[in-house]
Amino acid sequence: MAARTRSNSAGRATPLLALGACALALLPLFHPPLFFESFLYLIFFWITLATSWTILGGFSGYVSFGHGAFYGIGVYAMANLGKPLTFGPALLLAGLLAAATGVAIGAVTFRIRRLRGELFALLTLSLAIIISTIVLNTPIDGGPGVMVNIAIPHVYEQQSSTLYLIGLCVAFGSIMVARAVQLGTLGRGLFAISDDEDVAEILGVPTFAYKLIAIGISSFLAGVMGGVHAIFVSYVTVGETFSISVPLYVLLMSILGGARHWLGPALGAIVITTISYSFVGGDSALIARAAIGLTLIVATIFLPQGIIGLLLRARITAPELPAPHASFAAAPKTPPYEPTDGPLLEAREITMSFRGLRALDGVSLTINKGEILGLVGPNGSGKSTLINVVTGFYKPTGGVLLHCGHDITGMSGHERARLGLARTFQIPRPFARQTVLDNIMVPALFGARHESRGDARDRAMEAIEFVGLQDRCDALPDELNLHQRKFLELARVLASGSRLVMLDEVLAGLTPREISEAIEMVRKIHACGTTILFVEHNMRAVLELSDRLIVLNQGHLVANGNPREVIADPVVVAAYLGADHAEN
Amino acid sequence: MSATLIGQSLLSGLMSGCLYALLGLGLTLTWKYLRIINLAHFALIFLAAYLTYEMSTRGWHPFLSALLLLPVFFMLGAAQQVLMSRYKVDEFASVIVTFGVTIIIESLIQYVWSADFIRVEKRLARGSLELGPWLAPWDQLIMCGFSIIACLLVWVVLKHTWHGKALRAQLDNPSIAAAFGVPNRKLSLALAGMGSAFAALGGVFIALLFTLTPSQIYSWFGVILATVLLGGLGSTFGALAAGMVIGVGESLTMALTAPAWAPIVPFTLLILILILWPERL
Repeated sequence: MAARTRSNSAGRATPLLALGACALALLPLFHPPLFFESFLYLIFFWITLATSWTILGGFSGYVSFGHGAFYGIGVYAMANLGKPLTFGPALLLAGLLAAATGVAIGAVTFRIRRLRGELFALLTLSLAIIISTIVLNTPIDGGPGVMVNIAIPHVYEQQSSTLYLIGLCVAFGSIMVARAVQLGTLGRGLFAISDDEDVAEILGVPTFAYKLIAIGISSFLAGVMGGVHAIFVSYVTVGETFSISVPLYVLLMSILGGARHWLGPALGAIVITTISYSFVGGDSALIARAAIGLTLIVATIFLPQGIIGLLLRARITAPELPAPHASFAAAPKTPPYEPTDGPLLEAREITMSFRGLRALDGVSLTINKGEILGLVGPNGSGKSTLINVVTGFYKPTGGVLLHCGHDITGMSGHERARLGLARTFQIPRPFARQTVLDNIMVPALFGARHESRGDARDRAMEAIEFVGLQDRCDALPDELNLHQRKFLELARVLASGSRLVMLDEVLAGLTPREISEAIEMVRKIHACGTTILFVEHNMRAVLELSDRLIVLNQGHLVANGNPREVIADPVVVAAYLGADHAEN
Repeated sequence: MSATLIGQSLLSGLMSGCLYALLGLGLTLTWKYLRIINLAHFALIFLAAYLTYEMSTRGWHPFLSALLLLPVFFMLGAAQQVLMSRYKVDEFASVIVTFGVTIIIESLIQYVWSADFIRVEKRLARGSLELGPWLAPWDQLIMCGFSIIACLLVWVVLKHTWHGKALRAQLDNPSIAAAFGVPNRKLSLALAGMGSAFAALGGVFIALLFTLTPSQIYSWFGVILATVLLGGLGSTFGALAAGMVIGVGESLTMALTAPAWAPIVPFTLLILILILWPERL
């Protein structure tokens, strides 16, 4: 829901927010009661931590339990370096040290494809423990705690008022950073990562780099807030700083407020801080704690979009359809080929082994510019593995892959997407929490053309109209039927502007009428100048469409040539029907 | 550094390892087979420990408490799983939801027993087994025995019984397993129940071996999660081996530097393994 409404949620909120921040900045001039300023400061503190957490945890889906560590690094950086460096540089360094730690831990965990989310959550939890142990056992703290007595810039008469102002600036800045991230290209990439990271990479999102950028920004902001907070508490201890309640509250605020929206965590922070400020001391603090636990459970299960999701849903009654595209584009154009001769793609002796099982065994093939190359073979013959190797999802165990004569064997998935290699999935894999339009925006932004954002929207709309889904722009993938989801996959490769499109059994599961429609669609895509690798079991379609046909069997390429000749080849018949039939 | 000290560190490290494996056993099973990262496991361990304490003040023998706690906690675990599957909590949300459960149980413990340190006076056994110059306290040896037997039992059940095979089939493909007559739901509930029962068993030994305070729930997170991940999800002997590696690493660190450095060991190992053999996990 947050994703569905994100384009129209940014408009009026921001000027209001800026106005509010300005008013709050002037508040100390009216000498409010002291507790009021410190209460507001605490709200700013939690807004910053929760908002910075959400840039990674909410947008990309990588839940961190280590936000306390990043914040703690900032606290101790200020406590130790504030005196020699003065406030400003020490604050910057607090952020940078936290960011460096965050990026380092990200670089270790984000490499591993299989165990991403959980492992990251646990490693960040461990990070807090490691860092607190180091701080406790070295002169950074040493055990008794550190007095923080650092001069801060003089704005208001009272130091506490100035600190309040700094807290306000950091909180407002964090919200604006989160907003910029979410509405920008980075945010598109991060949301795609949180829905389906493998698909995001194949569509051209530099997933590894984006996650590192996100954790860098996230931990930087937490570190800066830690630096400010060290001065606020004036006496820092390991027990208080690295307490488990910091990451806990941050998580709760973000989820309660809405972790997939830039303003959500701030709302959560205001609500939770106010509640826990109202229950202080003795049993009521205990009850507040238990209530927080309960809220965490209820919010996760019943309010996956948080408070902000509720607010936005209330505001938008009828889904807003994008304006129809002015001129119906006959076809999205494909970028011109580089002036090189030879095949578009060439595989030389590609081998792919999974623990001894050879899914591909020395496969050599070429795909020529502009052709439709059919690829058939019995189930398990290595067709999908071949596509996975070409798109970079698997790194082949042996062999070389050339694109227009350049070696791309070691290239990552998103780099290949930018070269113009795209695929569809046999079982459609749309980004489940994004609308049809947002789904298509991802390849338009990150694919072979990587357009600017305005152009990407036009390109996405063109692709959607091309496959005839223009009435379903604001639908979520769950609301589409299989036939439409398959066409969504096609719109994706169209929007990417790829030169080579690999279609993995697009016809599987469709009715005869839908098959005819899909075949027509493939023809239209080909007519735009796209080279197509057409993987299919449906022989009628293969014969109808293919210029050339290759056959895989048990990881070997067994035939290659004119489609009608190939299917009469005894080797091919044997592969499909057994040796007995081949002899007859 | 004398041989006696090193030997003693090794011995106590191995015994800590057994405890880590016992505490991690339920966690690793539900994580692997139910795709639930049950942080409430830690809270249940401490709930069981506090209940053991409560019963010991009324003269109950710890084994008698264990006999009562095991079936009760089995039901608790199964009940939690009923709710988890009713609301289709996925792996990711399970971390957050069970964290919420943990906070509630912690608040409950603090409400009933206060945040003060408490200790069970009753010992399972007094004195130590003397192995030359080295000592192994009897109560810890008993704990090790239970831990190893539990790991062995789980391994036998998973590898060699119909139910174990059904569980593994369910992990690979629930709907096909169901088509072949695997009662997915019953198995899940039983497994979740078993996980909590192991938490209860671990809790009894925590009560016998340690001084208790509610906030300690969180101090076990790191070392047990490290054990489970290092050992490989779902692997009982892996957990045992990983627990021992961590335990020995910790006790050697304590002996060679200062005790306060020990918490660093499991995580440094975890991160080293991630860097050196990323495919191991």
